[in-house]
Amino acid sequence: MSKIFLKNITTSYCLKNVTMEASSGELIAVTGFTGAGKSTLLNVISGLTEYEGEVFIDGRNVDFVPPEKRGVGYLMQNVNLFPHLNVFDNVAFGLRARKSCPSEMVKSKTEQILDLLKIGHLKDRYTKYLSGGEKQRVGLARALVTENRILLLDEPFSSLDPSATIDLTNELKRLQNILHLTVIYVTHHYEEVEDIADRTVVISEGTLCSLERPLVSFDPLRLISAGCY
Amino acid sequence: MDQRHKFIKLVISIFPIIIFLCLWEVTARAAATPLFPAFSNVLKESYILIKNGVLLKNFLPSFVRVVVGYLLGCSAGIVVGTFMGINRFAEYTLSPLISFLFPIPTLGWLPLLMLWIGINEALPITLIFICAFFPVAYNTHTGIKEVKKEYIDTARTLGASPGFILVHVIFPLAAPNIFTGLRMESGMVWRTVIAAEMFAIPNGIGSLLMNAESLLRVDIIMVCLLLLSIVCTFFERSLLWLENKTTGAWR
Repeated sequence: MSKIFLKNITTSYCLKNVTMEASSGELIAVTGFTGAGKSTLLNVISGLTEYEGEVFIDGRNVDFVPPEKRGVGYLMQNVNLFPHLNVFDNVAFGLRARKSCPSEMVKSKTEQILDLLKIGHLKDRYTKYLSGGEKQRVGLARALVTENRILLLDEPFSSLDPSATIDLTNELKRLQNILHLTVIYVTHHYEEVEDIADRTVVISEGTLCSLERPLVSFDPLRLISAGCY
Repeated sequence: MDQRHKFIKLVISIFPIIIFLCLWEVTARAAATPLFPAFSNVLKESYILIKNGVLLKNFLPSFVRVVVGYLLGCSAGIVVGTFMGINRFAEYTLSPLISFLFPIPTLGWLPLLMLWIGINEALPITLIFICAFFPVAYNTHTGIKEVKKEYIDTARTLGASPGFILVHVIFPLAAPNIFTGLRMESGMVWRTVIAAEMFAIPNGIGSLLMNAESLLRVDIIMVCLLLLSIVCTFFERSLLWLENKTTGAWR
């Protein structure tokens, strides 16, 4: 059974009749030019935007399920760490929001994920005192701590220098293997994800072109010849 | 800021006040008229008014009126402002009404309220309520509207319910704006209560001021003015302290 299945998705100003599926444990790179509809695709899966068509998660239709109940971790482009909370409280936010999680468990799970991402020493810091790379790690920890098996990443490392990006993408692959995550990774710097993606999807003017294997390099001419542009 | 800098800042801030008080003392002694008492005479009069209980007897009713009216006005302002901030229907219906009533000066309501409510305790409390309500509602509404949608979307994807988002994301992020409204009005409500007591209420600091004026007791007037200055500063500084305590670490 596919983890995510999108059927004939159309949004008011971006996506046109998009059908796509992601299997369990797969890392799909979504690429394309600015404004092509990459972020909109993630917003559709997470339920943050209105759409026509159908979205299935774990075989269940979630069209009328609000974002807070879809069980999808989402790291947005700007990370959006809450400035009024320190690192620990930012990461613990999702666990506290689910009132079923007792405070002892919130503490242990949060500390566990902070250690996994090697940011335990930052837990008391407010976000304004974090570097770009640290913010991305905290954002990733916050998206993962709720143990969602689906992770949506919208240009997560775009503001980082190349070495930090390589470092974090390798980290991501490590976490994906440990936690058996299904990841949809949106980027327009395809190079940053080509080594870790299982499959690449190209969005052009709202329509989708799937390539079975990662591209060797993001070459628009090659995409044109593949019928994507 | 280290201790030395703090000390220098304190000395620099106090220095003009000391100069002002010295000039006041010298000028008043030179003028030698009861219409312009020296600072030392005002201090002496303060001591007498405290000792015979007149100051406390007049200060307490003013204080109670301000606290009750301010708390009610701020609470109502925060509730209405929040409602307007999170509910589009409430925003569209209440916003024009508040924009229409907000510009009316608080004391402009006094004649109308005297006729409607009469001259009793409810009059100054209602005036203070009006004085606090509109700016706090406006600032709460603005503060909530300024919370970035991305934070709310992020909280939703993390599984937070609308109520949880309101308490843990929207309110804390709107707090700086809400505090601005609260601080702005903390001094204004004292001006309002004094004006109300001057014209319509037979006790309180405003009433003491008017009695002192009719008896040509400028020293008592000055005691009242000094007291008001201290109380307004205390109110505003307390709110500033509370604001820094709750939002200072992350702003």
